[in-house]
Amino acid sequence: MELYTLLRQFADSWMLLFLFTFFIGVIVWAFRPGSTKAYQDTANIPFRHDDAPAPSQGQPAANKEARA
Amino acid sequence: MAKGRKMSNYIKLIALGLVTLFAMIGTNYARDLAYQVHAIIVMIVAGGLFLYTLRGTDEPKRAVAGVENEYFDSVIRAGAIATAFWGVVGFLAGTFIAFQLAFPVLNFEWAEGFANFGRLRPLHTSAVIFAFGGNALIATSFYVVQRTSAARLWGGNLAWFVFWGYQLFIVLAATGYLLGGTQSKEYAEPEWYVDLWLTIVWVAYLAIFLGTIIKRKEPHIYVANWFYLSFIVTVAMLHLINNMTIPVSIWGSKSVIVWPGVQDAMIQWWYGHNAVGFFLTAGFLGMMYYFIPKQAERPVFSYKLSIIHFWALIFLYIWAGPHHLHYTALPDWASTLGMVMSVILWMPSWGGMINGLMTLSGAWDKLRTDPVIRMMVISLGFYGMSTFEGPMMSIRAVNSLSHYTDWTIGHVHSGALGWNGMITFGALYYLVPALWKRESLYSLRLVSWHFWLATLGIILYAASMWVTGIMEGLMWREVDANGFLVNSFADTVAAKFPMYVVRGLGGVMFLAGSIIMCYNLWMTVRKAPAKEASLSVPVPAE
Repeated sequence: MELYTLLRQFADSWMLLFLFTFFIGVIVWAFRPGSTKAYQDTANIPFRHDDAPAPSQGQPAANKEARA
Repeated sequence: MAKGRKMSNYIKLIALGLVTLFAMIGTNYARDLAYQVHAIIVMIVAGGLFLYTLRGTDEPKRAVAGVENEYFDSVIRAGAIATAFWGVVGFLAGTFIAFQLAFPVLNFEWAEGFANFGRLRPLHTSAVIFAFGGNALIATSFYVVQRTSAARLWGGNLAWFVFWGYQLFIVLAATGYLLGGTQSKEYAEPEWYVDLWLTIVWVAYLAIFLGTIIKRKEPHIYVANWFYLSFIVTVAMLHLINNMTIPVSIWGSKSVIVWPGVQDAMIQWWYGHNAVGFFLTAGFLGMMYYFIPKQAERPVFSYKLSIIHFWALIFLYIWAGPHHLHYTALPDWASTLGMVMSVILWMPSWGGMINGLMTLSGAWDKLRTDPVIRMMVISLGFYGMSTFEGPMMSIRAVNSLSHYTDWTIGHVHSGALGWNGMITFGALYYLVPALWKRESLYSLRLVSWHFWLATLGIILYAASMWVTGIMEGLMWREVDANGFLVNSFADTVAAKFPMYVVRGLGGVMFLAGSIIMCYNLWMTVRKAPAKEASLSVPVPAE
């Protein structure tokens, strides 16, 4: 099969399906149970560390859990 | 550690020395003026850096310990200055060429071939989009990614490389246009070696941004960073694919694109429209999602909507390019696809606009008291207006009237001046007091002056371009009873004169507003009282 035809067929079948499902998945994910509460915290990120980075505690790997 | 620095200094010296030498040879063998001038610029910059590095070699370096608990703000301060500077340069160039169109005598005889409209026009577009907008994006993204990741910028002085490297790109691009070094692709005019340089700078920019996100101390990546990241990644992809050129000679600026015919046109407008979509929209939406909540002092209206906004916008924008090529050699199915996607794009655009506007719900009174938030809100208003106008103009039937007329130029400017300009001004008014640790702006009255001058300027601009664009579109298609065209091209030019003068005056007002802003920001740094709270914390010298 010609490369153009192959790519064209892939684009309007499997790739289309993938992109569409991915997008629906994003919407479902955004509205998952408990998301409102989680996003309340996330939406407040800009108001937390205006003047200095969060202080490091222990190993850098542990930092992500520091602010639970 | 010290040995490692010494070693890297020697490598730097060798590299800079080789670049200087190469630029010297290039100056000698240059096949055209643009290349020769660029070789001289590169020679001076690389040679100067060589001497600077040489002087610093074997000097004891001051300790940089403890710097991890401070933000890297000096490069952002430089970015804010560069944004304001290039903004004024770009607006000035635009106002001048607007009057060149109204009064052709301004295409001076003595400057023919350097400062006529054709040479200055790309200078204006690149100055406002890439110099003003690009510096604003780089500076604000560095600011936002640090604050929302609660981490210092990754990569240390690499950020300075990105800043200065980007300025060098701007200077090379601008001088190239004036001297005729252009590959004649709209918004992608710089020639091959300038493109290569931008690629290097951009990869460093991406590394800094990603590196900072990776070492973030917030568990979630805030939505503004998603927009910034998509802007950086997509612009890299667009830039590489649209600039696949083979230089005719290593000693000349001329190059030939590898894409043939209509594919080249399609790739150019895939690039061109996504420069709008990802440079001027996604990146600036990143600004919106940080600075509007900050200035309104409340979180974004709906975080869920912001997630859907993001994915819908990036999934749809990438297809909209073919609407630039209606009624051309491009197959009908492709231009129909572009048109349909452009119309669907209306939804995420307005979703984002509503999300930004509704962030003010419960705080609308701030519009009366805070001219900075007024600026941000009107930027969203213009965003909504131009993202309605755009899909409408992409419809084939409308496009047959609007294409090649001044309507397009009016549309671009209501988006660029209204949305990009106003949100950047708002961000600068927020950033400058924050970066220089000032209590407040020098004068809110001057912000109000800027606001009204800019708003009225844009309205004059957009309104005159609607009138002249639709008028010339109708004149071009007017036929008499026998089917002959009624108007010659020169007839439309003559009819457009009054609108061109109005447009130029709109530009003068917008430019005046931006100069007022520069004065206000300058005085904020010089005169405004320092922030009390921050005095107890030592200000980092960096």
